[in-house]
Amino acid sequence: MTAVDTPRSATPVAGPARPDVWRAFTALLWRDVFVTGREFVPFLLQVVLQPVFLLFVFGKVLVELGFASSAYSGVLLPGVIALAAFLTALQNTAFPLVIDFSFTKEIEDRLLAPLPTALVAVEKIVFATARALVAAAVMFPIGWWVLGTLPVTWSDVPLLAVFLVLGSLVGAAMGMVLGTFVKPNRINVVFAVVLTPLLFTGSTQFPWPALDQLRWFQVVCAVNPLTYLSEALRAEMTPDVPHLPLPVCALALAGFLAVFGVLSLVGFRRRALD
Amino acid sequence: MDAAVEVRELVKRYPGRPTNAVDGVSFTVDRGEVFGLLGPNGAGKTTTIGVLTTRVLPTGGTARVAGVDVAADPVTARSRLSVVPQRSNLDRSLTARQNLVFHAAYHGVGRAERNRRADELLERLGLGDRGGDRVDDYSGGMAQRLLIARALMHAPQVVFLDEPSTGLDPQARLFVWERVRELRDTGVTVVITTHDMEEAAALADRVGIMDHGRLLALDTPAALTRSLPGSATVDVDVERAPGDSDDALLAALGALPQAERVEPVADSGGLRARLYLSADAATTVGPVSEVLAARGARLTGVRIGEPSLEDVFLSLTGRELR
Repeated sequence: MTAVDTPRSATPVAGPARPDVWRAFTALLWRDVFVTGREFVPFLLQVVLQPVFLLFVFGKVLVELGFASSAYSGVLLPGVIALAAFLTALQNTAFPLVIDFSFTKEIEDRLLAPLPTALVAVEKIVFATARALVAAAVMFPIGWWVLGTLPVTWSDVPLLAVFLVLGSLVGAAMGMVLGTFVKPNRINVVFAVVLTPLLFTGSTQFPWPALDQLRWFQVVCAVNPLTYLSEALRAEMTPDVPHLPLPVCALALAGFLAVFGVLSLVGFRRRALD
Repeated sequence: MDAAVEVRELVKRYPGRPTNAVDGVSFTVDRGEVFGLLGPNGAGKTTTIGVLTTRVLPTGGTARVAGVDVAADPVTARSRLSVVPQRSNLDRSLTARQNLVFHAAYHGVGRAERNRRADELLERLGLGDRGGDRVDDYSGGMAQRLLIARALMHAPQVVFLDEPSTGLDPQARLFVWERVRELRDTGVTVVITTHDMEEAAALADRVGIMDHGRLLALDTPAALTRSLPGSATVDVDVERAPGDSDDALLAALGALPQAERVEPVADSGGLRARLYLSADAATTVGPVSEVLAARGARLTGVRIGEPSLEDVFLSLTGRELR
């Protein structure tokens, strides 16, 4: 017959003792990049439209109409960039996993690839983070275009990048927790119940330290990981606005990452294996 | 040579369930064999395959595929086995050919080699001109063929097919059967699950019959049916002598030592008698003919009914397969 089967079937000796796990991981990642590459414009529209409108209405329209001061756009821009990154990461693990595990089962072929199940989950998180970073990156020129200024210098980039990666990883892990623990028929409800509060308690539209007038709300915002990403970006981009110290933000995000990282792997394993 | 699949005292109990889905199953599949697991839905076939393909964690017992303990080293096991699932799980973001190529990439097959294999398998499975299509545009039969092609992309040693022809039209089903036979010819071990006894009899070298999580019988289809007393039948069409009666003639046939019982078969033109036999059907035809000749009756037709796996299942469980 054909040569396709002959290498191993004709002489049934074992192949390589251990499959190349790293190669399988990069192939999974390449699959996701390849698929995204073909629909890059829809992807961009999907991730930037909401932050663009937020920025435009609150940072531009309200300022032009005199309801907000121009200083407010300095508060808003870092928050909107944080929001774009965090929500993109969250949605890019949660939605696809619900669909994959409950309906199309498309992920099964990847679960049967020769790598540990946890690494399939890690790949999803890494890829969602990569998409989130693209979303965050395009927000900078958009911010400059909408607001007319961009309070960033090249020396800010390394720290911004570190925090955007950290924050996106937390968002992706949270998305995986939602996507794997929530029953598929409840996912719409859960998203409505989770996303809206996340959006408005993430200190994206206000600096968290200024909330000491509204103590209970400050406490609520403190349990939203997005708060620490917004505050970190604010500390770097607009240090004159009151903000949390960077080490506090780093510590909080690392803590959230540890918790949601473990939970997401547990949830993924539960769905992947019976 | 070690076995392709080795299952020992396999037990799977899903959390919160009162009974074991798989309840102490043991069997061995030789290399190059086509092995069928036959049983009704819920018999534990798919769970057994799930354990063997590393997707279900066993509660007890051991399972080895291509020499690898699937619970202890699932990663290596996955590189040596492949799965053709019951329902298409093709990657709908990719074309048919890309489905094959990416699958091979996950398994570490080099770029030139995976492209070559993809083209070759598309051709072999009759999809040569449809490789660039979205899999959404594929019919059920085409999707099934593409799933088989995908399963072969990393040259596995053992291929598992879960209900391979469920929902396919007869032509597509025969095509799939042909491909399964081809696999055996190339030395690949094939394990299929099916609730279709015709499929099991047509494809499998050996069949394991499962029900309620247990393996009830395991042998070649021929041996399984041979082991079944009283299910071989002979139908005889008779033109009886004038003056003889149907009842008397049936009684005379029933007196044959090979006949367990005799019944007239309804809605046939003349008299048709069905003899249920304890012996081989073919050797009974002679004595039947002699009995009829002695009564002046004429034998006008004979039909031999061999027992099927369906009858084997019925006798093992007291229930119909479907």
